[in-house]
Amino acid sequence: MGTPLASSIVGTGSRASPPRAALNRYAADTAFATFVALLMAFLYIPIWVLIIFSFNDSRSLTWPLSGFTLDWYVKLWNNQQLLDAIGNSFYVASCATVLTLLVGVPAALALHRINFPGKKLFRRLVVLPITLPGVVTGISMLNLFRLLGFNLSLETVILGHATALLAVVVTQVSARLERLPKSLEEASADLGASPVHTFFHITLPNIRSAVIGAGLLSFVLSFDEIPVTFFLTGRDNTLPMYIYSTMRRGVTPEINAVGTLIVLFSLVLIILAVIANREKRL
Amino acid sequence: MASIIELERLCKSYGTLMAVDDVSFSIEDGEFVTLLGPSGCGKSTLLRMIGGFEEPSSGSIRLDGQDVTWTPPYRRDVNMVFQDYALFPHMTVGDNIAYGLKQMKLDAAQIAKSVGDALNLVGLADKVNQRPHQLSGGQRQRIALARAIVRRPKVLLLDEPLSALDAKLRDQMKLELKHLHEKVGITFVMVTHDQTEALVMSDRVVVMQAGRVAQAGSPDRLYDHPATPYVADFIGTTNFLAAQIVAMSGDQARVAVAGDELDAVVDQPRAVGEAITIGFRPEKIRILADGEDAPNSFAGEIAEVVYYGLGLRLSVAVPGNATVYVDSLLPDRLANTSVPRVGQRVRMALSAGNIFVFDAGTL
Repeated sequence: MGTPLASSIVGTGSRASPPRAALNRYAADTAFATFVALLMAFLYIPIWVLIIFSFNDSRSLTWPLSGFTLDWYVKLWNNQQLLDAIGNSFYVASCATVLTLLVGVPAALALHRINFPGKKLFRRLVVLPITLPGVVTGISMLNLFRLLGFNLSLETVILGHATALLAVVVTQVSARLERLPKSLEEASADLGASPVHTFFHITLPNIRSAVIGAGLLSFVLSFDEIPVTFFLTGRDNTLPMYIYSTMRRGVTPEINAVGTLIVLFSLVLIILAVIANREKRL
Repeated sequence: MASIIELERLCKSYGTLMAVDDVSFSIEDGEFVTLLGPSGCGKSTLLRMIGGFEEPSSGSIRLDGQDVTWTPPYRRDVNMVFQDYALFPHMTVGDNIAYGLKQMKLDAAQIAKSVGDALNLVGLADKVNQRPHQLSGGQRQRIALARAIVRRPKVLLLDEPLSALDAKLRDQMKLELKHLHEKVGITFVMVTHDQTEALVMSDRVVVMQAGRVAQAGSPDRLYDHPATPYVADFIGTTNFLAAQIVAMSGDQARVAVAGDELDAVVDQPRAVGEAITIGFRPEKIRILADGEDAPNSFAGEIAEVVYYGLGLRLSVAVPGNATVYVDSLLPDRLANTSVPRVGQRVRMALSAGNIFVFDAGTL
């Protein structure tokens, strides 16, 4: 993987440089390419293993592969519990994302625009939950909901996720707002636009990709969240919770099939995020 | 001519810092006025208050007779060219220019025509469908100008409009801005820290110092009759020497400088024996040829000779006083003059009208 890259660089460089320098550069390039290759392997080999075993027609996850099958996907399709869990996860992740965006984007704008006493403290407090272990968030919210007399359900999970994810949205959108020159909004006002018009025609289009990015990230984080969900869910299970509970009976290739589908879905989300970003730059 | 802007006792404080401290002046319709001063002198704050981006702590602003002190920027008939141009990155050049017109609820045909006219005015009609990031710095500058002018505001505000351009482009844009001002006939109020920009472009320059107006006047007035050493030092180069009044007669004074005596003109009565500071421009001094004697001259010793193309700049140490700069043309263009050498003792002549007399120690 690394060799063609390295040799092509040396190929152009050696014409001008003395042989020794070319040799050094070749060694450096090879070392770098090897490092990149190892890094990629470390990151992606587990995923490939998952995908490959999801098509393997044996129950045991052992080498060598015995044959190709789509059985696990068919089983998955017929497993109502699993499908419910997937549906629940989509429901929770979508609602939590929308809720956290509805609170987080205005919060980021307020932090950026308005000066008030204790602003620094507020900024820290908003971001703090990101450093708290999920277990702590989960227990504390569980206590709160008990205190308020809420019944545990998927909706309490949504509230829990939205709270935990607020930090993600506020940091991402704030970072973009910091880089947005204040003069753009001033220029809009200068040209006769009301504050509301300025927000929708100048501010929002310029932070759009950050909002989309934060939304996608929130969705993914909510989708595979276990600790907070564990404390806050009622009788309904989300996908990670379901997988975790079946895992106690051993990993089945069915789980691999679910994993493969999630990888595919994530890929779609990443492509969407890239497209959203590119549109902004053009 | 009527006043288009009247500032009355305008103040702006940030905590204990007075950014703008009791400033009053008015600007005539159609004038090109420059607010000049170093960073932190309050000139930008003043401009932003006129634009409506800062609220004054006290005082009032009238625009064309109307009090606009508390009017938000989107209801003021002024437009601003921002230092960083502030072009909307997600819109084309054409949409940027049309943005302000759309707020005026004009119909589409009228907007299209005005955008076209504005682009023609700045010579960039072919860029209408490009995005700001595809333009060069100079082109962005012109689009920012077009966007601000297209609304035909009563006053155009320019916040350091040339500071982001390279030196050559800046020189060219100085004249272009001046011509644009003549063409559109709108009042221009510009902020700059660059005195040459102020001198080249403005009808009137307001020099600011620590939140206050140090002096306001036409460029030549400020250059030839600076009111304070601060103004003299900020606009052009000025030499300062410690001196003393030895005789007075009307506005004519005789001053003693380092063992010589010079005639000078004073703009306020001075007492005999009063310690003063005199100032003069490097190009107003004439170095006397060997053996030549002239009235109104004083002695010094050349400390340094610097060649800068157009001529020479000499540093001449005046004994017991300061070092002064003397600008002179190159010797080969001056008949009967030898090349100045370091260490040479010379006499320098000045005419009385070219000497500024200031209070002592006010630098």
